[in-house]
Amino acid sequence: MSLLKVTIDNLDVEVEPGTTILNAARKIGGRVVPPAMCYYSGLKGTGGKCRTCLVKVSKSSATDPRPMPKLVPSCSTIVQDGMIVQNITSPEVLEARKHIVEILLINHPLDCPICDQAGECDLQNLSYKHGLADTRYEFERRTFEKIDIGRFIQLHMTRCILCYRCVYLADQLTDKRVHGVLFRGDNSEISTFIENVVENDFSGNVIDVCPVGALTDKTFRFKSRVWFTKPYDAHRNCEKCEGKAVLWMSGTDVLRVTGRKNEFGEVEDFICNECRFEKKNTDDWILEGPRNISHSSVISQNLYELINEPPKEPPFNKKD
Amino acid sequence: MSLRILTENIDIPELTSFEVYRKLGGYRSVEKSLKTMSPSGVMEEVKKSTLRGRGGAGFPTGMKWSFLARGIGKPHYLICNADESEPGTFKDRYLMERNPHLLIDGMITSAFALEANTAYIYVRGELFRVLRILEKAIGEAYANGFLGKNILGSGYSLDIFCHPGAGAYICGEETALIESVEGKRGNPRIKPPFPAIAGLWDCPTVVNNVETLASVPWIINNGGEEYAKIGVWKSTGTKLMSACGHISKPGVYEVKMGLPVEEFIYSEEYCGGIRKGNKLKAVIAGGSSVPILPADLILKTAAGEPRLITYESLSEGGFETGTMLGSGGFIVMDNTTCIVKNLWNFTRFYRHESCGQCSPCREGTGWMEKVLYGIENGEGKMPDIDLLEDVAKNIEGHTICPLGDAAAWPVRSAIRHFRSEFEEHVKLKKCPF
Repeated sequence: MSLLKVTIDNLDVEVEPGTTILNAARKIGGRVVPPAMCYYSGLKGTGGKCRTCLVKVSKSSATDPRPMPKLVPSCSTIVQDGMIVQNITSPEVLEARKHIVEILLINHPLDCPICDQAGECDLQNLSYKHGLADTRYEFERRTFEKIDIGRFIQLHMTRCILCYRCVYLADQLTDKRVHGVLFRGDNSEISTFIENVVENDFSGNVIDVCPVGALTDKTFRFKSRVWFTKPYDAHRNCEKCEGKAVLWMSGTDVLRVTGRKNEFGEVEDFICNECRFEKKNTDDWILEGPRNISHSSVISQNLYELINEPPKEPPFNKKD
Repeated sequence: MSLRILTENIDIPELTSFEVYRKLGGYRSVEKSLKTMSPSGVMEEVKKSTLRGRGGAGFPTGMKWSFLARGIGKPHYLICNADESEPGTFKDRYLMERNPHLLIDGMITSAFALEANTAYIYVRGELFRVLRILEKAIGEAYANGFLGKNILGSGYSLDIFCHPGAGAYICGEETALIESVEGKRGNPRIKPPFPAIAGLWDCPTVVNNVETLASVPWIINNGGEEYAKIGVWKSTGTKLMSACGHISKPGVYEVKMGLPVEEFIYSEEYCGGIRKGNKLKAVIAGGSSVPILPADLILKTAAGEPRLITYESLSEGGFETGTMLGSGGFIVMDNTTCIVKNLWNFTRFYRHESCGQCSPCREGTGWMEKVLYGIENGEGKMPDIDLLEDVAKNIEGHTICPLGDAAAWPVRSAIRHFRSEFEEHVKLKKCPF
């Protein structure tokens, strides 16, 4: 099959048939990439839920020049040849996105100062970029007691935005899922049924896929802020996983081990719990060198230079 | 006496039994279609009838059937959507309770047209009585050779199963319904793919409303063209209207498409006018999720034409001055009704029934409910009204399934047509009713 030509924010890109708008935009890179809070390319079935990646399709395809009637989720809409998409060049999209951020934040505690995720939090980044300075929500926020789901992982539902990523991960990476979404509507919550422990060799990856601080690493909680630790690429021979990880170090102490996240915040190789929680000694690892973080977050500030080219600016004035 | 297609013999109490239904001419369409027609022939008749989906959206049934992906080596399924839970709508329940064989009759013919060998009736969980009646009727149909293997010696086999829901309005949305039949949490799927391509167990599936399927026997017996002669323009046939609220005679009425709304409300044959001689204030014409209209706009369109019970006439004027036929849940309110309180009640319902999958609906419905509760109970402020409208505007069109729209439309329309009443609540710091 030949490649399909798609235009996103006046920038052209050619992609394989079956590619989503989001992945086509990621191929272009830079600011035209819609933010995604629930989609995770490594997990099948994710996406479509958070609605932050809504974009406007102003021309459906070369054969059907009609625009799509509603904004569409770019993570689950497949591109057509000749499709024209507007993301940051559409005021309608930006307006809708602003409201989605507001909606995601109305029940979020905004406890970033005491949250371990702060500094590498997708919701934090999203709010900086697209959020409003103020909230119009005046009611009491939804709060939860902390739920104990085992030795290594802390579940703090108050911060959860119900992206379902951890549910899909447990379905696809582990042999038996014991947690899921209970109840419905704004009573929905992630929990185990009933009072179960999430424990298997790959359960720790739910921490990496969580876009907020709802699932955090108990071995790292309150040890340090992420921007005070220095990331190093490291690997080890592991029987269960690839053993490719990032060590977050303070001096010679390994404070935290995580998977390697790409520029879109997605882990490339999931690591096992042994590597993540039990190998906190530099002797366990072969260090490869400092990791460059190109992900747009405060952890990349001041520490390392960006590995990618500066983001492309879409030509705003170009008319079709 | 007006024409009755679905409710012809409905007052005969023994109609639920196979013998009585058969004696009155039931299952003739099954005999006719299975013995003398081809599946595509049945579909052609339904197409000719221009029957439109009676569940709310009004999508042409024949066209929906023609989208079914045939010949891809997968079995086809027919699902009857009997998860009727929209506030104000109770027509399917009435039909299934009193004439269950009509539905089974229609389902056999429809499944034959779709070349499906398995069909499901997804019954709303709360309708225990209906479930019992349907199970009994299905048993009788099996015993008399109208279901099972090799029906009437035609070589066509069909099994029908009843699948009770577990009390979720969202499972009336077709993809959530399919998830529920599969035994999963009733979350709507992201479309495309549509069920006609990948529905139940990833196989081509058609989901139709009870009333739609119950209209099929008449179409087969009398011909699609005959059916198309009833009604006005693209709204053909008859429609069951479940009328409730402040009228003298609430109940389910079968009306010919094209009946003026004014006649429906005031004639003795139907609603019998407003109770106690009160004044009509507003009408929700098609179940709680369609926009509310004030008395002047429901009786006449903005252009001054009389408003008729058809898909087109009710939606004339768009959402600015029109509404939708929806599912036919006709809620009438007289001048003693508080629009704000009524709206709060609906919004509370949508908040409770939101599946919680996508963020605008999950958080937005709750937000609207809290703001409305505040206004109704004298804690509202003037900016709250604009805020409410803005929240509704931002839910609309941004969600996975139409529940978000269904929650937003009543709010936006109530503010559009009854803004002064909201302002009065805020000024008085209490409900004026």
